[in-house]
Amino acid sequence: MKKIGVLRFLGTNCDRDVWQAVEDVGLKPEWLWYEDQFQVADYSAYVVPGGFSYGDYLRCGALAAKAPVMKSLGEAAAKGYPVLGICNGFQILCETKLLPGALVRNEKRKFVDRWVSLNPQTQTKWNAKARAVIKLPVAHGEGRYYAETEELKALWDQEQVWMTYVENPNGALEDIAGVCNKQKNVCGLMPHPERAMADWMGGADGRVIMESLLG
Amino acid sequence: MKIGVKILPKNEVLDTQGRAVEGTLRAHKREVSQCRVGKYVQLEIGENDESKALAKAKEITEFVLYNPLIETYELEVVKQ
Repeated sequence: MKKIGVLRFLGTNCDRDVWQAVEDVGLKPEWLWYEDQFQVADYSAYVVPGGFSYGDYLRCGALAAKAPVMKSLGEAAAKGYPVLGICNGFQILCETKLLPGALVRNEKRKFVDRWVSLNPQTQTKWNAKARAVIKLPVAHGEGRYYAETEELKALWDQEQVWMTYVENPNGALEDIAGVCNKQKNVCGLMPHPERAMADWMGGADGRVIMESLLG
Repeated sequence: MKIGVKILPKNEVLDTQGRAVEGTLRAHKREVSQCRVGKYVQLEIGENDESKALAKAKEITEFVLYNPLIETYELEVVKQ
């Protein structure tokens, strides 16, 4: 069975949810500890879960980006393995430069915790099936996507804007909720697909993302 | 030698902390045209030569302390 590597840093707190979501689609998760490196061929995809790695010290994701596990993840990304960063995981991927841009404090300075509707803008390794709108929960204080004007233009031109908010909850530039790299194997998303895996959770649209791992 | 690293959000990046402080100052009749909030990092570098210490601090700052996309920085020698 395909194994999915789930990264864990001190302060990661969505790791169990991601583990469960991976199991829910019939795949086998395995922890990847931040102090360790790994053989990239041992896994078929990787998830960097949300939380508060290193207590958000210095800048969200900045210290986690320098952890040994990220060296191996960089190799996996370069070899085309699917990599998904969720929330703090997205911030870590930006700080590692595996994804463009940065995530800064929400425009209205408030933590936002609610369901949002998203428009997928492009097909990636993490949403192989086309959907017009998906509904997922957000929960973050620093999720406002930021990139310089020319970079934003380049993201649209190169189809690297992955998802946009229907109603912008945090002041993200151009309503951006998620981006991907040029090769479309590395994706980052502020909303949490692992918290939307069944109707009793309030919605099951997160399955669209997780089931893409089934190939 | 001690080197101080002053880090500020870039002007084009919305500084929500600065805006919050500005609002409080205004509410208490302390008018300023702008207030920006950053951070200060002090590095104790085992180096007596000022230019060498500054070069090390620059390398460290650019390695992790600041994000060039959203911040600017300045170095200063901290007098003992």
